[in-house]
Amino acid sequence: MTSAQAARTAEPDPLPASGRERRQAGRWQETLRNILRQRSALVGLLILAVLAVSAIFASVIAPYSPDAVLISEGARPRTPPCIYLLGCPETQPQVLLGTDGNVRDVFSRAIYGGQISLTVGLLTVVFAIIVGSLIGAVSGYAGGWLDNLLMRLMDFLIAFPALLLAIVIVTVLGRSLTNAMLAVGIVAIPIYARVMRSSVLSVREQDYVTAARALGESGAGILRRRIVPNSMTPMVVQGTLGVATAILEVAALSFLGLGAAPNIPEWGNMIGLERNQLFSAPHLILVPGLLLTLTVLAFNLLGDGLRDALDPRLNR
Amino acid sequence: MIRFILRRLLLSIPVLAGVVVIVFLLARVIPADPCLAALGERATQAACDAFNQRFGLNEPLHEQFLIYISSLARGDFGESIRTGQPVTEILLQRLPTTVELTILALFFAITVGMTLGIVAAYRRNSAADVGTMIVANVGVSIPVFVLGLLLAFIFAILLRDSPFALPPSGRTSPGLSFQSIPQAWGLEDLGGIPRTALDFLSNMYLLNGLVTLQFDLFLDALRHLILPAVALGTIPMAIIARMTRSSLLDVLGQDYIRTARAKGLQNRLVVFRHGLKNALLPVVTVIGLSVGALLSGAVLTETIFGLTGVGRTVFESITARDYIVIQGFTLIIALIYVVVNLVVDISYGFLDPRIRVS
Repeated sequence: MTSAQAARTAEPDPLPASGRERRQAGRWQETLRNILRQRSALVGLLILAVLAVSAIFASVIAPYSPDAVLISEGARPRTPPCIYLLGCPETQPQVLLGTDGNVRDVFSRAIYGGQISLTVGLLTVVFAIIVGSLIGAVSGYAGGWLDNLLMRLMDFLIAFPALLLAIVIVTVLGRSLTNAMLAVGIVAIPIYARVMRSSVLSVREQDYVTAARALGESGAGILRRRIVPNSMTPMVVQGTLGVATAILEVAALSFLGLGAAPNIPEWGNMIGLERNQLFSAPHLILVPGLLLTLTVLAFNLLGDGLRDALDPRLNR
Repeated sequence: MIRFILRRLLLSIPVLAGVVVIVFLLARVIPADPCLAALGERATQAACDAFNQRFGLNEPLHEQFLIYISSLARGDFGESIRTGQPVTEILLQRLPTTVELTILALFFAITVGMTLGIVAAYRRNSAADVGTMIVANVGVSIPVFVLGLLLAFIFAILLRDSPFALPPSGRTSPGLSFQSIPQAWGLEDLGGIPRTALDFLSNMYLLNGLVTLQFDLFLDALRHLILPAVALGTIPMAIIARMTRSSLLDVLGQDYIRTARAKGLQNRLVVFRHGLKNALLPVVTVIGLSVGALLSGAVLTETIFGLTGVGRTVFESITARDYIVIQGFTLIIALIYVVVNLVVDISYGFLDPRIRVS
């Protein structure tokens, strides 16, 4: 149920049914138009679309498997790009962005890396939002000692620098991409818990919530139908920006050797493995570095644009 | 004002107490036997028993906690399980590097960030504004380790033979000899806490070079710190630039700014004297918040630029399960964090008198 429908129960709606539907459709269109009017959101969406398409069709776009070792094809480790059109001899395999230390195609690995980073970012944030919202909702709705306890716990989580806390958690859980995601997700929980809690607190005392309670709606029902829709905007904005942070932090963990296993073509991992080749084969670092920056930039732009578009107070 | 500061100080005590407990627990939940980590995989049971005895690892958890608290109260952080070196000594050697790195990064972030933000707000919607915001957006998005490697690639490889070449790693050039502050000031028989403090300050090479007039040391250390500081300071710089711009634009839309303009004040005076001062509050918040990001980034920056600072040490001791060092260093980091937040809170009181009362 949407917030428009939810509001209907509380305040009598003067419009006939057809008008109501039209109004609701208009609201969605208006929101969409607001988003598209933001230049930063548009740029972010465009970059993301390109990245998403290349990630989804990675197996079509990438000429080689990300794990394929091209020794038998005659390639050597850490060679610069070899493109037939630009006069590279056809005795060598064509590698658009050169090969890495294990004679794998950097271009193919970079494309598959997009798959990993996008999945990692989205899953991590979904996890953090679910757990954070639960904590925030319980905290704001229950109040009292439980609220105090949960919020102090969140304060302590925030009292440590994010990456260090994530490093500790990964060390406790053991090295793997999943654990790196879990660690980054846990570190992000307090943000969402706080957003949810402040939404709950601001809505809890509103007249329409009192009315719903008077009409006998259960606590869970109020939470689901009255409070959650009202917290959607800050959550969506915060979540979009959060995907950027999550991608950055998981890549940082992988760079330090605490994330994905060495054979996984994760961008941070690719940079970490070839970090000492900066002098001899800089493309091994610059390619995944550029893609990582672009992806994070896209989510940041989209998040900023969403905030400007969705927050009616900012409409000028 | 004094009451306000006192109240803030009192409020930070429970946070610190919680931090001490959490640091203690975190260090214990890291799996793997500290004995095997210290003595090697093939340590005998007898050797391990002796080891556990020596470090009090056989005691129940609450006993260990009491021992930990009482030695903390005496200023004793324990000894590294791996090397036997006192944690205080390691801190004295490595904390100064990180302190100088973060201060320089913060200096870069504040000066460049605020300048860009002011220019962007002053010339709103101009090419300078758009350019600044592009720089800021890319600046927030580029990972510290990518920027660090990129800077090293540009300044240490591409510009190798130009006057702009900068070293990609280390704290000073190899072979550079210099004196510590006690040596330079002839205070070598000094002991106790003053000596420790002076040794600590000596390890801050920039400061050492300045106060002892060893300008070659100062310049050399500065050249080594520029790239790491820029890499580390870029994200806060970008955030500060955006914050300064939006906050200044917000303030410039207020009625009293119109009044100031109406009475014929020069635009520059309006922006700087009336606008900027009132736009600073959110900027200060952001500066305070970025200290956490700086400490996180320090792990990556120090790794890339071969600096043995706090970030690198924590990372290494976590992977080596040297939990005595982990305990000491994370405690110091959390302490710095809490103190910085306290300073930020107090500076609110200075910037906005209304906060003092509430």
